[in-house]
Amino acid sequence: MSAIALARGPVARQALVLVAGNPNSGKSTLFNALSGARTRVANYPGVTIDRRSATVALPDGRSVELTDLPGTYSLSARSREEQIAVESLLGRGPRRPDAILVVADATSLARGLYLTLEILEIGRPVVIALNMADEADRDGIAIDTERLEHLTGARVVRTVASRGTGLEALRTALASAIEQGTAPLAPAVERTPDMAADLAELEAEILSDRLMDRPEDARVWAQWLLLSLDHEATDEFTGIPASLRQTVQRIHHRAAEAGRNLDLEIISARYRVVDALMASVCRAPETPRRSWTDRVDAVLTHRIGGALAFAAVMMVVFQALFSWSEPAIAVIEDTMAAAQSAVSGVLPPGPLNSLLVDGVIAGVGNVVVFVPQIALLFLFIGLLEDLGYLARAAFVIDRVMRAVGLHGRAFVPMLSGFSCAVPAVMATRTLENRTDRLLTMLVLPLTSCSARLPVYVLVTATVFAPGSRVGLLSAGAVALFSMYALSVVAALTAAAVLRRTVLKGPVPTLMLELPPYRLPVMSVLLRGVWQRVRTFLVDAGTVILALTIVLWALLSYPKSADIAEQAGRDRAVVSSMSLPGDARAARLAEIDSHASGAQLRYSVAGRLGRMMEPVIAPLGFDWRIGVGILGAFAAREVFVGTLGIVFDISNADETNEPLREVLRAATWPDGSPLMTPLAGVSLMVFFVLACQCMSTVAVVRRESGTWRWPLFMVAYMTVLAYAGSLTVYQVGRAFGWGL
Amino acid sequence: MITARRPLSRVPVGSSAVVSRVSGARTVVRRLLEMGLVPGTTVTVQREAPLGDPVEVRVRNYALSIRRADALGIEVE
Repeated sequence: MSAIALARGPVARQALVLVAGNPNSGKSTLFNALSGARTRVANYPGVTIDRRSATVALPDGRSVELTDLPGTYSLSARSREEQIAVESLLGRGPRRPDAILVVADATSLARGLYLTLEILEIGRPVVIALNMADEADRDGIAIDTERLEHLTGARVVRTVASRGTGLEALRTALASAIEQGTAPLAPAVERTPDMAADLAELEAEILSDRLMDRPEDARVWAQWLLLSLDHEATDEFTGIPASLRQTVQRIHHRAAEAGRNLDLEIISARYRVVDALMASVCRAPETPRRSWTDRVDAVLTHRIGGALAFAAVMMVVFQALFSWSEPAIAVIEDTMAAAQSAVSGVLPPGPLNSLLVDGVIAGVGNVVVFVPQIALLFLFIGLLEDLGYLARAAFVIDRVMRAVGLHGRAFVPMLSGFSCAVPAVMATRTLENRTDRLLTMLVLPLTSCSARLPVYVLVTATVFAPGSRVGLLSAGAVALFSMYALSVVAALTAAAVLRRTVLKGPVPTLMLELPPYRLPVMSVLLRGVWQRVRTFLVDAGTVILALTIVLWALLSYPKSADIAEQAGRDRAVVSSMSLPGDARAARLAEIDSHASGAQLRYSVAGRLGRMMEPVIAPLGFDWRIGVGILGAFAAREVFVGTLGIVFDISNADETNEPLREVLRAATWPDGSPLMTPLAGVSLMVFFVLACQCMSTVAVVRRESGTWRWPLFMVAYMTVLAYAGSLTVYQVGRAFGWGL
Repeated sequence: MITARRPLSRVPVGSSAVVSRVSGARTVVRRLLEMGLVPGTTVTVQREAPLGDPVEVRVRNYALSIRRADALGIEVE
């Protein structure tokens, strides 16, 4: 009594409405239309699935919390993410839903009804949104909504989410569902006596172990367990007692011995109900007219036309990431440089100045610089997904990707990796299966991203004389092409190997709905892009910022007072000399470059570089290159700048002639040249294969949800890089190539 | 009229058949069943991908892409 009074009172607890539905049913569009701009994005604890929720006002004045569940075809699950969706529905999560909104595609009602039926079985108030009702009308599909209401006990509302049609009726239906709180009359799914006995056994165990309190919930959960738990315990579910797993296994085993297949029994029984429902509520034309989707597909999945269209679309995406993001990146870099010089101008030189300029501002810049590419990539992915082309792209390229154990949908992330691994890793979210996602993000950093280019450019320009040729081609071009080829081979080989070792398990299959082509809703698309960017800034951005500051400290400390004093004395001497202004400035700059080089050599990173030399010498690298490699962990292109400082060249970039000169002149202590063509190739191979990028590490940490996978990635790539460079350098030396 | 049982992967493009049995790895079978390919369901092979695999089938008024390896386990008549 008091609980009810409380719920109705002025401090009423907000009712919870979960939104479920098939992928491509327009669920996100409907959620956005209902929630307006008030969507909050959080994470489900422990997993990386976004939990989107919003507070929505209903016509009766009550406000409810609307929470979007991941799109799914059924409630049986293989992944941890799907388990969360199921447990939220069952009320095993923190709260029991007050009502469930099921979004069903009216043009393909049967499949939507399967999920709806599972949700009706849960026994909470249900509202069904028959979405894309206009398309169903156009296709001549007639659905008797009153009859559907009558047969299911759920409220049924026709909606067109993209145009905002039916939203008011939907809100009214939600309000009355919550108000009455009555469970729908789930159409009875027929059970064989054997099945009933199996379920009863499991229910009894769930109740006696107190895993669920209410018998109705135990029944629903029992069915879910029978359908979802793997025999080999290779599923990712947590919180399921071993004894319960054993019972499920025993029941399956017993059924198999009697020649029964429980999955088939449960699913077929549900589809018999779906078919009966369809027969009584849905009239569709006998021979559906040829849709324009079919006509477009005749071209876009055609043997030749399809391949050409695929290549064209991917080239546009790649071009956008590679060049269209360039102006925005330049603006960000200029802004950061301006901020750095502003701070340098205001603060006296010293530790605080250095921390702010080279640690904090550089760190913020390291984060923000990724935003243009992330935004562009997700804009394209969202556009292609909503148009319906992304599924076709996977359909066209799956045969190629499958060869190395990757999913057809992994193509876009892999391609994006050639621009930058950070947005590409985030794009693995378009893969449904966690193993597919992990595999893709672990091999993705092997694709040769654009940040490696400055390294290749510097090294090839340094070690190959301008006229040197391999056959008709310039040696530099051959080297550059070889690096890209190596990165493709390495990524695909790594995928094939990891699929057979670390990420072993049943080969995830491609079972992909090819939705009709539809026009995207721009507001939904743009909101999705903004949510991605925000998630990146908040979650990965903080890690990148922190790592930048740590790296800054390693490269800056400890400081030597002697070097600083010596530089001060030298400056004083030069200042007192009577020199022309230009010459004096040049001499002073030289002293400063020398001092920063000396300080870097004195720092932790400098010492680490020296300590590393015995390890990296077999690759053809001396300690100075080692320091450059350490510095490159901030971002690969930083290698060039760090190398410049080690060699006392200030403001070095990859086209900087003094740096090339000094590298060409550099020698080992015994006087033999350091940067031979062979050492150069070895260095480039190292950069192709090594995970020299803390931002990638941070974003893999964010997307995989643990530190375990990014650390594994760094480890395997470092081993690969070391082995690759070692092989190149030692074999090359043995044969006397490029010395 | 062909009524002999054969795998869905052998049904020519443009033809329809009725599912009689689904076999294979449990996760794949379960997914196929849940996507509506239960025995008794009519499927139409719509087209194949440019490289011959996967194939697109039409079932319960929607289009589904399935790899040939999985279609091999779908017995139709």
